[in-house]
Amino acid sequence: MTATSAYQESTATRRRSDLRARRSWRTTKNDLMTGLMIGAVALVAIPLVAVMWSVIARGAAIAFQHFPDFFTAAVPVVSRAPGPGMGPAILGTLLVTGGATLIAVPIGILGAVYLHEYGANKQLARLVRFMATVMTGVPSVVMGLFVYLIWTLTFGYSAFGGALALACLMLPVVIGATEQMLRLVPSQLREAAYALGTTKSRTILTVVLPAALPGIVSGALLAVARAAGETAPLLFAVGAAHEFNLHLFSEANTALSVQIFANANSSFTASQDRAWAAALTLVLLTFVVTLVARLFTARLALKR
Amino acid sequence: MQLADLRGNKQYADRVFSALAVAAAGLVLLILGMIAVIMTRRAWPAFGSEFFTSTKWSTADHVFGALPFVWGTLYTALIAIVIALPISLGVALFITQIAPPVLKKPMVYLIDLLAVVPSVVFGLWGVLVLSQHFGLGRSFLTAGIILAIMIIPIITSLSREVIETTPPSEKEAALALGATRWEMIGASVIPHSKGGLVGAVMLGLGRAMGETIAAALVIGSIPRITLNPFAAGDSMPAVIANQWGEADGPHKAALIALAVALFVITIAVNLIATGIVQRSMKRSRGA
Repeated sequence: MTATSAYQESTATRRRSDLRARRSWRTTKNDLMTGLMIGAVALVAIPLVAVMWSVIARGAAIAFQHFPDFFTAAVPVVSRAPGPGMGPAILGTLLVTGGATLIAVPIGILGAVYLHEYGANKQLARLVRFMATVMTGVPSVVMGLFVYLIWTLTFGYSAFGGALALACLMLPVVIGATEQMLRLVPSQLREAAYALGTTKSRTILTVVLPAALPGIVSGALLAVARAAGETAPLLFAVGAAHEFNLHLFSEANTALSVQIFANANSSFTASQDRAWAAALTLVLLTFVVTLVARLFTARLALKR
Repeated sequence: MQLADLRGNKQYADRVFSALAVAAAGLVLLILGMIAVIMTRRAWPAFGSEFFTSTKWSTADHVFGALPFVWGTLYTALIAIVIALPISLGVALFITQIAPPVLKKPMVYLIDLLAVVPSVVFGLWGVLVLSQHFGLGRSFLTAGIILAIMIIPIITSLSREVIETTPPSEKEAALALGATRWEMIGASVIPHSKGGLVGAVMLGLGRAMGETIAAALVIGSIPRITLNPFAAGDSMPAVIANQWGEADGPHKAALIALAVALFVITIAVNLIATGIVQRSMKRSRGA
């Protein structure tokens, strides 16, 4: 090996190793950041798994110990007394959420029909669209106090007051989801209907809405799932009954979320146990509704 | 004659339907307006000078100073954002840039699932597990962590949407110049999505400030102004939920006044956030 070739080789290796060194520093940084992103995903999974674990581990035993007592018996008046009873709360949650759905979904769909089919780019439509987005950010506790002032103050505690509050929270969500679905309906469908001499309202009711239906149902169900878990608005409008109350418009009622809130603050184990079991029931309820919503979305995807 | 009648009827139905639709849409404006007017009128007696300046909240003496609650609301929301932002951004980048297509959908579902869990359940877990078994107690920090968990889904899904609008050509240009994936993210994805990301964070901030039940359970219910994150505190929505049950007339007015203040703050944050998000979405779509 001559001196020059040895020299050439050494510079070549040096250059290459320089390059590699710089590249490896950059790739190291890249790997590090990739690792951090994966770490973020793991971090997100932790609370979900931890919460689910606690809810199932501490709730299932109580809820299914004396099946079906927990789901049918009244709530014990003395909170330190052990034993079952969330029946009235389950009924209350169904009543309140059902009522809210009956109010918010039709109005929300109509509102979205205005925004997309009539308003489009008009000033009013743009304003409503913007305000509906802003309205999704109104804290639920504010909505609860508002309903307290316009309804509960005059008519007293009732499931209907809670339904009103939840409906106010659901309305902008339903409007937003429905408008998005209406946007997906091809305009040829509308034009075909018009070409047959159909009026606008009839076109919307018999052509546009049915075409968008699975998406609308999915969006509405997701709003229902969110609403079913709301607590704050119900504190002001529904009250906290211990007994079954089937009346929509009169007498204090209760709900799962309200019972969880009340019992979580208690220092008695019996109370806390009931809170966990109620939480399990509520989570199952919302997950089932969400799952049904997903099935509708999947059907929508299949159709396309 | 008959035909004209029919058409007349049809047009009548048409007009009724469109009027109903306008009314339904107008309801959004009506409700927001009514919230502002009715609640402000009811809370008016409580808006004295001391409401915004006093740090004393004494139900017995009927002295209602809102400052400690405003502080608690801002402080817990800030803690929540500091925790939630890097995690949300990491997850959004992972889903859009790294995850193999098979993983994408399950990841989105996982995040959505987190959004479905009712806030009171997070509160229950926070008060009986997080604060007791992890030595955090009821404090600003505990509230901040729980709020962070609750706003991660919204920040993640919004930033994911914004990031996905990055034109592939910009990403490919960076990669073609020899950038690593991380350098490509820094050079193409982040600059492109900056506006939307700011909007997403502000929406998360609005949510964190308005979140009631979870905060009410874990914050500790002691009104005070301190930077110590391990101290028990109180926040606007939490105190409304916790004290409403035993409040008398002036006390109720003060709590409603707190709600009005909260409404104004969250509406302001949301107005700004929605404006930013819509503008950046429009720009990225137009580009």
